[in-house]
Amino acid sequence: MKAKIHKFEHNGQYILLDVNSGAVHVIDKMIYEMMDTFDGTNDENVVAALKDRYPEADLREALEELHELMTMNQLFAPDIDVPPTFRQTGIIKSICLMVAQDCNLRCKYCFGDGGSYGQERAVMTPEVGCKAIDFLIEKSGPRKHCEVDFFGGEPLMNMKTVKAVTAYARAKEKETGKKFKLTMTTNGILLNDANIKWLNDNDFSLVLSLDGRKEVNDAMRPDVGGHGSYDRIVKNFKKCIASRKGGDWDYRGVYTYLRGTYTHNNLDFTKDVLSMHDAGFDILSLEPVVLKDSPYAITEEDLPRVREEYDRLVDAYMQCRKEGRGFWFFHFNMDLSNGPCVAKRLSGCGAGHEYVAVAENGDLYPCHQFVGRDKYKLGSIFTGITDTKWPQYFRESHVLNKPKCRDCWSRFFCSGGCHANADLFHGNIREPYEIGCEIQKKRLECAIYVQAMQQLEKEENNG
Amino acid sequence: MKHIKTVNKPSLQSTVKTGGCGECQASCQSACKTSCTVGNQVCEK
Repeated sequence: MKAKIHKFEHNGQYILLDVNSGAVHVIDKMIYEMMDTFDGTNDENVVAALKDRYPEADLREALEELHELMTMNQLFAPDIDVPPTFRQTGIIKSICLMVAQDCNLRCKYCFGDGGSYGQERAVMTPEVGCKAIDFLIEKSGPRKHCEVDFFGGEPLMNMKTVKAVTAYARAKEKETGKKFKLTMTTNGILLNDANIKWLNDNDFSLVLSLDGRKEVNDAMRPDVGGHGSYDRIVKNFKKCIASRKGGDWDYRGVYTYLRGTYTHNNLDFTKDVLSMHDAGFDILSLEPVVLKDSPYAITEEDLPRVREEYDRLVDAYMQCRKEGRGFWFFHFNMDLSNGPCVAKRLSGCGAGHEYVAVAENGDLYPCHQFVGRDKYKLGSIFTGITDTKWPQYFRESHVLNKPKCRDCWSRFFCSGGCHANADLFHGNIREPYEIGCEIQKKRLECAIYVQAMQQLEKEENNG
Repeated sequence: MKHIKTVNKPSLQSTVKTGGCGECQASCQSACKTSCTVGNQVCEK
């Protein structure tokens, strides 16, 4: 049966989410218990179940409030089907360029086999990169905003192509009226002054990889020679972030943030988030590793510990805010009133139908994680998409078509999780990776709690 | 209301009819890259 509501408790706050409207209600304990029975039609059952514990008048008063929410479509709102605004065929508006399938680090959990993706180590030529821009312009049709992510491996190892493609894309903006948002994900080893200046001058958004505490980072992110990377990259990240403050940086529409990975070895990852914050970084993200058959993998047995740790992280996050030294943690950000539309929530990441990855040789894959998984090769930038079944299959692999997703309360928040992870664990993009789901659901509860508490605080301050 | 405080103005139902412009940012669902789940995004409109 499709979940219509979800409820949870944290720190004595009881929260009720209405799945199909997205309404979030902070409720008292009595209503929290009533919702175990109440289905919108059975008031007398609710009273009978709880009248020994609560005064009947209170129960009836609360039932009236629940019915009022139902009238406003904020409780048990009708199920959402695929809307007409969800186009049958996707429009590719975003590409990932694997500019260097090579890396100067050897992170132990790397899904790209140290940058090579199971292929020969190689870098993308400027010709392939520019041809990919042409491909994007053609495929994006009427979409104005397009995205180009320079990825690897380590993209700073191939600045020749990064620079050539950027110049080409900027020139094409003028010709076509497109607006390209450029992003780079880097490990920071080569983030020297010249590269920082060039990335700043060209309005790149940056995702900087760091795993938190020095000992955690260095154990997982050594260089080719086995030496830790922390001291070198933190020095570079500090310089880079300092160079992006003040002036017009608030208005350029680019972001710079640190992202890290936690593994089975650091389930006390709140310390890693706080370590990054203490080092002077305040836009942060930390994600669970996704690995199969590895000593670093998060296992089902780890889940209770992981959930506890997110509770700890929420409390630390709120405490820092209270002390006036708050930080931005990606997964606790959520706009409960102006989130994405239903069509976007069904499209999800868009892998294979709105987003594709271009391998260094020009081969096309549904996303960067699929690079090297031959079964999923879509074609190449020279031939276009020749395997048309996959884009359509990915397009239709949304939450309402996945048996395990369509009944789940988080279906409109997680969009069914990562296809590449589903494929890794089940060989089937329509069967989600369960541990990822469990962690995602916990993070969503944390985000909803944080947003609800911030809203209550705002209302209190406004009298 | 005495027992319930609604903390948002939910828009999900209304976007069934109004959404789909597609101008929003791509949202990687995995544990890598920009790693944004759609739930963490805002509408660009």
